[in-house]
Amino acid sequence: MRYSGFKVIKEALMGHKGWTPAWRDPEPQPHYDIVIIGGGGHGLATAYYLAKEFKQKRIAVLEKGWIGGGNVGRNTTIIRSNYLLDGNEPFYEFSLKLWEGLEQDFNYNAMVSQRGILNLIHTDAQRDAFTRRGNAMILNGADAEMLTTAQIKKRYPFLNTEDARFPIKGGLAQHRGGTVRHDAVAWGYARGADSRGVDIIQNCEVTGFKIENGKCLGVETSRGFIGATKVGCAVAGSSSRLMSKANMSLPMESHVLQAFVSEGLKPVMPGVVTFGAGHFYCSQSDKGGLVFGGDIDGYNSYAQRGNLPVVEDVCEGGMAIFPAFGRARMLRMWGGIMDMSMDGSPIIDRTHIDGLYFNGGWCYGGFKATPASGFCFAHLLVNDAPHPTAKAYRFNRFEKGLMIDEKGVGNQPNLH
Amino acid sequence: MIINHPLLGPRDSAEFTYLGDAKLIDRPDATSENAAQEFYEYAYLRDNPAGWHEELWFHEAGDRSWLVVTRNTLTHEISKVELARDVARSRGRSK
Repeated sequence: MRYSGFKVIKEALMGHKGWTPAWRDPEPQPHYDIVIIGGGGHGLATAYYLAKEFKQKRIAVLEKGWIGGGNVGRNTTIIRSNYLLDGNEPFYEFSLKLWEGLEQDFNYNAMVSQRGILNLIHTDAQRDAFTRRGNAMILNGADAEMLTTAQIKKRYPFLNTEDARFPIKGGLAQHRGGTVRHDAVAWGYARGADSRGVDIIQNCEVTGFKIENGKCLGVETSRGFIGATKVGCAVAGSSSRLMSKANMSLPMESHVLQAFVSEGLKPVMPGVVTFGAGHFYCSQSDKGGLVFGGDIDGYNSYAQRGNLPVVEDVCEGGMAIFPAFGRARMLRMWGGIMDMSMDGSPIIDRTHIDGLYFNGGWCYGGFKATPASGFCFAHLLVNDAPHPTAKAYRFNRFEKGLMIDEKGVGNQPNLH
Repeated sequence: MIINHPLLGPRDSAEFTYLGDAKLIDRPDATSENAAQEFYEYAYLRDNPAGWHEELWFHEAGDRSWLVVTRNTLTHEISKVELARDVARSRGRSK
């Protein structure tokens, strides 16, 4: 069923009796050409592009819980392509371009809102670094603009620009950045994949791989064995747990990142503001809640909840830069588990096992990457060669000294 | 989270900084034939278990000792805290 304004009006007049489920609930078949493990944003996007762009048939997505129940529903919904390094910027700009056409592409309202993202500058050194970053973005076809304090004050009059510790001296803006309704991304990709014949199998946990003579022949699941010519893993957050079933050790640790939302307020934040020096960033949802977060808790965790010292730290950062928000009450907080890789960048690559492919290590930046990650992973699964924008995301970059370390902190996952 | 420091008693985890898997104590031998491979695995690969995990914490805002904390990554429960010095010595390092 194609969604349109006409359809909404027609259904309103017909008592909304004509809507059908957005995707099927199929039984797993004994064998597929391609099995994707993980029904989150990246897994569903991979299946969608496999079916739509790469014309593949007989695809399944296996999800241990329900689709969209993991990190795609736990992030702070920001999209942007304001990276510095060559290995990253073309990929994230590709992703942002896919976001721009996404709703028309999969015929679903994902509320893509390019309301702009602003990184605040407080020192000369930061200005140099952000100028360089802005130039790198422009060289890669993205948009970037350095704003003066006066321009920032006009857009965000309630920002604390005169703070003695962190006076705001300017900012790097990417006007094409913004926010997206994250659940709708999972649902839109799921519906688009399902309508092209992809089996989305929920409540189906992968418990092991069947590997013989260095080749992956399928997966053992809680709903029985499912054979596959190719298996793609897209379970960021639990990658180490899953890949240990194939006896693989990964260059990553799992960490928890917390996020917060305040009670609903009238429109106050026109875009996304990041206060990197104070470990705080914030936007306002269309429902009115201030959506904000900060750093990861900092130690290995698989508990989808965080601890209190980080809550205090994030709120202190928020109060330093937006004193007015101190009047708002916090409504909810939650945590998501992420693959924190050794250089802060992801991996989209083949493994040493034939027929087994890996997508993970997204750190806390996986949501904005969803479309390009799915597209590039689908490209890899079909062509056995990396997509041009993802060719740096290889397993062997650590061995070869080709790290993509945006922050320059080395192999300390909790510092990225 | 409270870490029961072997010398100082229970301390707030916010006083500590975190390094990672306590296997980092077992630095490879730089003169071994496979040193490059061993250092790659030592520096970059992690078991990253969901469950009990031995890890290194540094009491930065305290007595600046390194600890080996055995903690459950699913529940944040801590079952054992030792001085990293004692653990390293028991493994034959730093005589």
